[in-house]
Amino acid sequence: MNAPATFKAIVTPASPRIMAERQPKIVARDVDVFYGDKHAIKKLSIDIPDRAVSAFIGPSGCGKSTFLRAINRMNDTIPSCRVAGNITVDGRDIYDRDIDVVQLRANVGMVFQKPNPFPKSIFENVAYGPRIHGLAGNKTDLEEIVVSSLKKAGLFEEVKDRLQHPGTGLSGGQQQRLCIARAIAVNPEVILMDEPCSALDPIATARIEELIDELRQNYCIVIVTHSMQQAARVSQLTAFFHLGTLVEFGDTDEVFTAPQEKRTQDYITGRFG
Amino acid sequence: MNTIFFVLLCLLVLATFMLGRQRAVSMRNGSALLHSLPNYHGMLLGISALLVGLFVFVALAAPFPVIAPWAALAAAAAAAYAFFTRIGPDFRARNVFERITLAILLACSGIAILTTIGIILSVLFETGRFFAEVSPLEFFTGFQWSPTGSPPVFGFIPLLAGTLLITFIAMCVAGPLGLLAAIYMAEYATPTVRAIFKPVLEMLTGIPTVVLGFFAALTVAPFLRTSGQFLGLQVSAESALAAGIVIGMLLIPVISSLSDDVINAVPQSMRDGSYAMGATKSETIKRVILPAALPGIVSAFILAISRALGETMIVVMAAGLAANLTANPLESVTTMTVQIAMLLVGDHEFDSAKTLAAFALGFVLFIFTLGLNFVALRLVQKYKEQYD
Repeated sequence: MNAPATFKAIVTPASPRIMAERQPKIVARDVDVFYGDKHAIKKLSIDIPDRAVSAFIGPSGCGKSTFLRAINRMNDTIPSCRVAGNITVDGRDIYDRDIDVVQLRANVGMVFQKPNPFPKSIFENVAYGPRIHGLAGNKTDLEEIVVSSLKKAGLFEEVKDRLQHPGTGLSGGQQQRLCIARAIAVNPEVILMDEPCSALDPIATARIEELIDELRQNYCIVIVTHSMQQAARVSQLTAFFHLGTLVEFGDTDEVFTAPQEKRTQDYITGRFG
Repeated sequence: MNTIFFVLLCLLVLATFMLGRQRAVSMRNGSALLHSLPNYHGMLLGISALLVGLFVFVALAAPFPVIAPWAALAAAAAAAYAFFTRIGPDFRARNVFERITLAILLACSGIAILTTIGIILSVLFETGRFFAEVSPLEFFTGFQWSPTGSPPVFGFIPLLAGTLLITFIAMCVAGPLGLLAAIYMAEYATPTVRAIFKPVLEMLTGIPTVVLGFFAALTVAPFLRTSGQFLGLQVSAESALAAGIVIGMLLIPVISSLSDDVINAVPQSMRDGSYAMGATKSETIKRVILPAALPGIVSAFILAISRALGETMIVVMAAGLAANLTANPLESVTTMTVQIAMLLVGDHEFDSAKTLAAFALGFVLFIFTLGLNFVALRLVQKYKEQYD
């Protein structure tokens, strides 16, 4: 896999500056996604760096969530969905026959649009992943994982006295941080976030954005968002999708101040369509 | 005479409807601004004629059978005429008609409630008469049941034991099979398979229990007997096991259909959340979906249990009538419902302790199923609050 040598030619219009310093974590080449007859993603290629936040923006139905779900094969759960092309994480083809989707998803976590804690206690929500993957040898280890995950998600102080209370009893913003804690409890390297703040109020959103900024020290984060302000605030790289294609991918400050493509310019200035 | 009356009343209702409507239409054509549409004026006249006519007829039919029909028709016509004179721009026929409709709906639901209360009271009353003759202590603690013996002995324990034994066997069959079938249909089956399996499975509830009784007595019981002999076990011709298994079959669709519904009601976001953590399908089902659906599944089980408690025909045909106090499923036992049927068959005098015992049994059964239904309802309500 000689991805670093080829990505410059593929990413339009120019390679992001940030990529010059590091290896790409996720590399996609000529990816097509179909839902039945609908061609949702067309020949998409992109290199996503580690330890940075990459934001996907674009109008509804442009394929950004579809592509996000292709990265941890969540599209497999949709019977009519078909993926062609090549996506690698750390150089390994994730659609290869030998790849175990269970391990892939443990490595590539996901946070959804609507907070979806399980109807279990806060503790059990976070302990879910470590339990099914056998990460904790005993009860003390498990408690340690749960506490440290809640701390990383910035939720521990608020819930430390009620770990046995149901996760569904928390506020929307707390639930979403619980879902982030749940995702990082299995020690993933990549976290995919599908509009994680769209169901939250501005204060909870600010809290999650702060958290995303902290997490970027240790994870490769990809976030789909409808809010261009949010993309500008939290991300280092921004990809603009339109009609199933990647129009532009570059350093966030450049995409927002000096976009190379007219379509990007139109979208971010609100003159789209 | 009465047939003619009903025909006449129908014609009168139709005529008053037409008249009322016609009058309203002609007023409107005369450029009067009516409050209600012409149809409402017509319907108000029609329904008032119908209700007043029926009421007067029912009230007078017994004391004055000859004049009742004519009086009823006259009253109906008078009622319609009273509203006819009021048709005008300010008359709110729609509001009056809607209030009458509301009263009719209320009366209909009232009848259902009154019937239930009536049944409870009559059973309660007869039960009281039974306990005046037989002491409750003997009834609830006696180990022998022979209502036709002399003197008759009314010990309820063998019936309770038989009922519980058969219910237990039925649930041992229906519980696992129904739940696993529900899991298959909700989580694994393709939409095509599900579209075929679910209705076919539900058809099983449509089979009359008498037919299932034949099946139990003629197919299952002999089969159990021969396999029992093969294993060196003594299986009686009519056994609790045969009845229990067939009732279990009957209950599979009850459990699978309700459980399938509650499993489907678990939001897709729960499944997505679990899959995104790297959980397999079976881990997701065991650790997320079943716990989330548990209250609904429990209430499905409770409904199935109350159905098993009340089942009569299959037990009559497959488990026998002997009130044995036994925990051995290979012997014949009897249940409360079967004994109720037996006590009342061919007997129309409700004054001996023998027939009154049926009411006492019925009352106990009623309390049992009422309690179970109550618990089931509470669980369903609790379940509804889960994701809000």
